Amino acid sequence: MISPKLVEVGRHLNINLVTNSEVKSIEGEPGNFEVTLTNNPRFIDPDICTGCGDCARHCPASAVNQINKGMSDQKATYIEYAQAVPLAFAIDANVCIGCGLCENTCLAKAIRYDDKIRETKVTVGSVILSPGTEGFDPSDLDYLGYGKFPNVVTSEGFERILSAGGPYFGHVMRPLDREEPKSIAWLQCVGSRDTNRCGNGYCSSVCCMYATKEAMIAKEHIHGDLDCAVFNMDMRTVGKDYEKYFLRARDKEGIRFVKARVHTVNEIPETGDLKIRFADEDGEIKEEIFSMVVLSVGLTIPDSAVQLAKRLDIDLDQYNFAKSDPFAPVETSREGIFTCGVFQGPKDIPGSVTEASAAACLAGADLSESRGEDIQTYEVPAEIDIEGQEPRIGVFVCNCGINIGGIVDVPAVQEYAGNLPNVVFTDSNLFTCSQDTQEKIKEKIKEQNLNRVVVASCSPKTHEPMFMETLEACGLNRYLFEMANIRNQDSWIHSKSPDLATQKAKDLVRMAVARAGTLKPLKEKVIRVNQQGLVIGGGISGMNAALNLAKQGFKVILIEKEPILGGFALKLHHTIEGADVREYVKKLISEVQAHENVEILTDAVVTGFGGYKGNFKTELAVGPNKEKRKIDHGAIIVATGADEYQPKEYHYEDDDRIVTQVGLADILEDKGASDFKTVVMIQCVGSRNEEMQECSRICCQNAVKNALHIKRLNPEAQVFVLYRDIRTYGLLEDYYTEAREKGVIFMRFEDDSPPDVTTSSGHITVKTKDHILKRDVEISADLVALSAGMRAADTKELSGIMKLNANPEGYFIEAHVKLRPVDMPGEGIFLCGTAHGPKLISEAISQAQAAASRATTFLARPEIKLSAIAAKVDTDHCVKCLSCVRTCPFDVPVFNTEKKVIEIDEAICHGCGACAGICPRQTIQLGFYEDDQIECKIDALLAGGM
Amino acid sequence: MADFEPKIVAFLCNWCAYAGADLAGVSRLQYPSNLRTVRVMCSGRVDPVFIVKAFKQGCDGVLVSG
Repeated sequence: MISPKLVEVGRHLNINLVTNSEVKSIEGEPGNFEVTLTNNPRFIDPDICTGCGDCARHCPASAVNQINKGMSDQKATYIEYAQAVPLAFAIDANVCIGCGLCENTCLAKAIRYDDKIRETKVTVGSVILSPGTEGFDPSDLDYLGYGKFPNVVTSEGFERILSAGGPYFGHVMRPLDREEPKSIAWLQCVGSRDTNRCGNGYCSSVCCMYATKEAMIAKEHIHGDLDCAVFNMDMRTVGKDYEKYFLRARDKEGIRFVKARVHTVNEIPETGDLKIRFADEDGEIKEEIFSMVVLSVGLTIPDSAVQLAKRLDIDLDQYNFAKSDPFAPVETSREGIFTCGVFQGPKDIPGSVTEASAAACLAGADLSESRGEDIQTYEVPAEIDIEGQEPRIGVFVCNCGINIGGIVDVPAVQEYAGNLPNVVFTDSNLFTCSQDTQEKIKEKIKEQNLNRVVVASCSPKTHEPMFMETLEACGLNRYLFEMANIRNQDSWIHSKSPDLATQKAKDLVRMAVARAGTLKPLKEKVIRVNQQGLVIGGGISGMNAALNLAKQGFKVILIEKEPILGGFALKLHHTIEGADVREYVKKLISEVQAHENVEILTDAVVTGFGGYKGNFKTELAVGPNKEKRKIDHGAIIVATGADEYQPKEYHYEDDDRIVTQVGLADILEDKGASDFKTVVMIQCVGSRNEEMQECSRICCQNAVKNALHIKRLNPEAQVFVLYRDIRTYGLLEDYYTEAREKGVIFMRFEDDSPPDVTTSSGHITVKTKDHILKRDVEISADLVALSAGMRAADTKELSGIMKLNANPEGYFIEAHVKLRPVDMPGEGIFLCGTAHGPKLISEAISQAQAAASRATTFLARPEIKLSAIAAKVDTDHCVKCLSCVRTCPFDVPVFNTEKKVIEIDEAICHGCGACAGICPRQTIQLGFYEDDQIECKIDALLAGGM
Repeated sequence: MADFEPKIVAFLCNWCAYAGADLAGVSRLQYPSNLRTVRVMCSGRVDPVFIVKAFKQGCDGVLVSG
């Protein structure tokens, strides 16, 4: 999943990737920092190394593979993993015996034994720290047996076991005897929520979810039955759609979730199985035997990051996470230096990616005046007209070191290619992707007047764009290019049958040459981008999105359906950290109002919508008189927010003494807590039930916040929190610990036996079953606070007009849960805040900054090029059967009732070609994938006898 | 039939199955070499005509994956 991102970063013209280096110091001020780097020796020149791996294959010195957690070996000459960027090997000087074999083997001549530690300097305007995390090392927790019993692995190790690139190639086996396990236990909170043995009081936020995922995948991978048990204190599946996943694991896949903290793991020496001892909920000591034990290790900040923070004068908290303000989540204590990911606090991938965009937003805002300076762009020469020319195809066959050449008979393939129709030139290269080969290809295109190019090498998924750029650089249209994948889909998978691999390579080249002959130059339509943004929703998220987009230098229109800005935050008082929400909102409103780039329209609703990325047209009704207004804009940020659920449960509607947590905060603010003797809080009201399966994420911390507030105001008051799982994830765990220390009593109940509330004129009686005593307990309370969940704002009308997709809970759906968490599927449309899913204010702020950042990358280009891989209708022969309209997954083809034709807007076409596939009269063609451009491959393949 | 070697044409979606076939290579998985891939932008692009054509011309199997 991360691989395309790695490639993108590696290939980006304006990202200068400096690996194997550390920051020594940062001097200067925001806008002008001088960064001193220590570049550690790699002993292999990454610019020349092609990543072929010959050096490692010949290296005689072995080392422990750290990535595979010691479950496999690597050589002194190594690469961390197959998809690493840059794809360049390194020599581990601690292991290297200096034999010189790698230097002799390396065809690219990249080995540098004399490489030394160096110091370099770079000047930058802003800095982002994302030093990441490492899994907690459980070696010191002797009772868990890690490092002592081979079949006890960490969750990181288990991830490697599950991985196709891992020590066992994706087969689930236990390290001791490489047998498939029959049962696996996951032990949660190893190195998290543990102030006793390791001092990490925080919750790592991710382990409940990854343990569930690992159990699900293990069950999938294993051939027979597998018993999976997750031993936990609370299951904290708080993310968007996470609860559904947990329920599927528990109810459909039969994964057992056991409420217990395991205190001893022992090996049964005869079998290598592990006996675990734990106290169950009744307090009874139990024993169970498992084939394997996985320790769900928490996230910790590596020592190198702590040292880095010290060198840079960045404040850290008691657990070594970067200190930040709830209202400025990605800013560090040093101005101009931002942070994201786990260094900011424990979090999952979507949260980290979101914060990364947020940090980029703030880092970029400081530099917005100089945007476009100091950057590199491609200069493309005028295109050569090949109209009327017969195809003159050049075929370049790659050896890829020995990756292809060691299996496939490359000279034979090259010779074969030379005899194919229309081929006028062939060549073979050691590395076709290397910079010098690109120059050679350009030369040959000019010298031989080539008008089509075929490269037989690796995968077009990774290399096609690069070769297309080579064509463009000498004036040839980029769509006159085709690849034959003779490495990933040939030499690598048929390495034991070189003859068959060579035959296949010939077939693939013949198919590619046939297709190349049919290719036509295609024009990529250029559309202008209207550089104004529209933000829908004037709450904390919407205001932050608007303000940050404005700070990047773009005009923004911020619309709010209510007469005033502020949204749901106007009903809140303080965050759990004690920060004043109202003060913040007031300041934010005045900042937004004062910014010259922001136009605020309150009392405004969307009434019409049209256009496409870069050129949207939105119609509004504004003000009490519903005046019509039309806005042209290039990007949209949706921040429509959420509300508190209005409970129907527990007599909320008919008794004033039964309030929601928001109501309780109001009471505490206005009247204090001196009247209270006993307050009972009930969790999961309107969440995690049949009507709303999802967890609302914030209610547990809300209850803890209010409980602590009561205890502060009136230490004598008794507070009971009746809960199912306490989900104070991340650093919120400290407040849960504090609440227990202050005497707040937390009592768990099962989802099938919720508390019973009866009201009378005197007291409210709450009856619940105590999960330890296994007896009914009655509590007389003065007040009952219901932790009512979140409900997405009603956006049915808006999503109907703007064609925005929401999930069954009414939250809008992002383009990709992990990689594109603030993009919506439609290009140019972004999403933030509680419109995306329940979240805290600090999370909403970083998401708003992220959305502004994503919108900036979109608006910063005055024009965008559309891919030429788009569908076109031949309206003369179309019979308007509407098959395409019904088939398109993106609703792109439409029937124009005036002109009576089918229209496909190439600006919104995704280029899948499903319409072309379904069209019964072949009147729709997909650019670059026209019928004959696909069929010719079948013809060429089977004509050659295969 | 013992030495029968089927000819199989595979239409693979660029975004999933084709990427999967690439990954099989990266992972050095080994499988018989009877398959020839045609990359398409979506398995939905595969016109039934392509499949019929492949069979008509002597192909023994067609795999559409996406």
